[in-house]
Amino acid sequence: MDVRAHMSMLFHLDKCIGCHTCSVACKNLWTDRKGAEYMWWNNVETRPGTGYPTGWEDQEHYRGGWEKNWVGVELKLHSRPQGLANLFYNPALPELDDYYEPFTFRYEDLFNAPEGEHQPTAIPISAITGDPIDIQAGPNWDDDLSGSNIYAANDPNMVDVAAEVREQMSEIERVVFNYLPRICNHCLNPACVAACPSGAIYKRGEDGVVLVNEDKCRAWRMCVSACPYKKVYYNWSTGKSEKCILCFPRMETGQAPACAHSCVGRIRYMGVLLYDADLIQWAAEGPEEELFDRQNEVILDPFDPAVIAAAKENGIDDGTMAAAQKSPAYRFVKEWKLALPLHAEYRTIAMMFYIPPLSPVVSTIEEGLVRLDISPEQIDFELFQGLEKARLPIKYLANLFSAGNEEVIEKILRKMLAVRIYKRRQSVEGFIDEATEAMIESAGTTPEEIEAIYRLTTLPTMQERFVFPPYHREMSAEAMYGDPLARKGETGLGYTAAPKRGA
Amino acid sequence: MSDGVLLFVVLPYVGLALAIVGTIYRLKYRKFSVSSLSTQLLENRQLFWGSISFHWGIVSILTGHLLVLLVPVGFQAWNGSPVRLYLLEITGFALGVWALGGLAVLIYRRLTSRRIQAVTTPMDLVVLTLLFAQVVTGLWIAGGYRWGSFWGTGVFAPWIWSLLTFRPRPDLVANLPVVLQTHVTLFWLFLVAFPFTRLVHIITAPFQYILRPWQLVGWVRRDRVAPRPEIPTRVGTGV
Repeated sequence: MDVRAHMSMLFHLDKCIGCHTCSVACKNLWTDRKGAEYMWWNNVETRPGTGYPTGWEDQEHYRGGWEKNWVGVELKLHSRPQGLANLFYNPALPELDDYYEPFTFRYEDLFNAPEGEHQPTAIPISAITGDPIDIQAGPNWDDDLSGSNIYAANDPNMVDVAAEVREQMSEIERVVFNYLPRICNHCLNPACVAACPSGAIYKRGEDGVVLVNEDKCRAWRMCVSACPYKKVYYNWSTGKSEKCILCFPRMETGQAPACAHSCVGRIRYMGVLLYDADLIQWAAEGPEEELFDRQNEVILDPFDPAVIAAAKENGIDDGTMAAAQKSPAYRFVKEWKLALPLHAEYRTIAMMFYIPPLSPVVSTIEEGLVRLDISPEQIDFELFQGLEKARLPIKYLANLFSAGNEEVIEKILRKMLAVRIYKRRQSVEGFIDEATEAMIESAGTTPEEIEAIYRLTTLPTMQERFVFPPYHREMSAEAMYGDPLARKGETGLGYTAAPKRGA
Repeated sequence: MSDGVLLFVVLPYVGLALAIVGTIYRLKYRKFSVSSLSTQLLENRQLFWGSISFHWGIVSILTGHLLVLLVPVGFQAWNGSPVRLYLLEITGFALGVWALGGLAVLIYRRLTSRRIQAVTTPMDLVVLTLLFAQVVTGLWIAGGYRWGSFWGTGVFAPWIWSLLTFRPRPDLVANLPVVLQTHVTLFWLFLVAFPFTRLVHIITAPFQYILRPWQLVGWVRRDRVAPRPEIPTRVGTGV
């Protein structure tokens, strides 16, 4: 057992209101620079929809992730010799227009325009060329489906959803969507790391953050294609690849990443997950339907004495261990089994987790419209029995989160529904009837678990949502550079030159 | 000092010295600036036609030149039969044309695409000009003189070796046609430009990718289990 610690974020999609505060916090902090204008390390997509970059889940087109073949599990993008052969031209690289051409406005026109009959306007110009452009797309162009069903219809996850269901979903009164915030998944088996010919990308052993060493990056841009989530971006100005760094400088000082910290809906949780690095390959090679179960095996129980001993052996300190035991990520993912990674079938073993949304599901049954002839209590139970009639097709959620396995999604939704019904009974009726008790049992949960889920879902404090281990950077500095005081009065370490494009 | 010495002795040594010292300096102290500076994200279609042709063409041609330098005897033996000589000359010429075609596309693309212009530095134009002149003179020699490969083994290889062994013999190239002299001079200029342009990406070709493990893990503290290092007390330093 090779125990390591991982910082994992958890997204409670039921709580996401699609406000994009996370994206803006991230943009202001990290990507408000030349060459990075088009990058959204954190973005929020309307689902069903095509996402950003457009249609990123279509891996036949973008060739991201791993695939299982007769040899074992290999990159979908290339074999090693192919990787070298494609250095001169990467056939699977998204173009800028797959994201969008970044733009700004010529604001000075508002002040400098000569006096005339009409109000001066600030015309849009390309942030790359400076020429006036006719804007074709932009960040969140598809927000709330943008008044059209084209985005939803082109969602790659809709492929095997029944035609009549798709038909229904595009009717104006039955339109349904939810939001999907996405950052880098900091995978256990990252395809970007494997695809980088220079070996510039690596995973940090201490907390699992995947980083690009820009001193080693040579712009071969294989990472951009290989990442199935399209979360590595190429800075067209500096000629280096960049990606979400999970705000490690913030985490190292005990602060939540900017996206999580700023989240208005408080949908994000963060905590330590312990994992067994020896099991990664086994987990990545599993048959598709077993992928998530195997990933769950890789994540270790921080209360298990054997795990604690092995962790100590591996140099994981007591502070990290304590954080792992209080981790909200652990509770949702492993203990309650309510959270899933995005697209397990990519086999990258993504370590950011999602609780599938229940709200768009409960809002209706009976051919997609709310029934007014039965009481709300009955609707609860009716939906519990008939999830397949849900307005947001279970198949769709399964394609997003469980490699098409609907059973997994149904189990999670039933449990979440059980929490909701139980708490409603308790607070409205003041008692729990037998029907509810039976329902709880069939959802595979208990009143105690329901209370705990309810508390962590609706009432957590900031300290409960974000549990960071002490990073002990001062010890790292001592181990690497010796006495830190000896450096007093010096100019410091790290970059001494501005990150400018080389000649 | 005659022209021959300046062009065929001084320039080669200046070029070599600059290329070696400059490149090492840049790779060691200006790491961030080393990149192939791909523009594929900005423009894709023309790059397909330009980059693939140019790179594969120029890599094959350069490999040929390197082989002539390393095993001139082998080439002489190969050229012993006219059929094989024709084959070699025609192949070399075709590869050169391939590279030139690709280069032409790349130059056209760089001069016409607005997005590419936004990331073009003066050094990019220097590189493209040098390359274009180099490939054109190479093709001129291959097409206009008989036979390039004989000249390569008879004059080019001994001359380079005379330079590399510090017994320069400029007389070997002093009386050659001007095109040939231009071709070799451009090469030394190329070396001068090497550390100051994107050309440095050539020596960062990532062949290690064939062998390295798929996954890379980095530790902030390698000796995590090791005890905390003792911090010496600082006495009387006035800091």
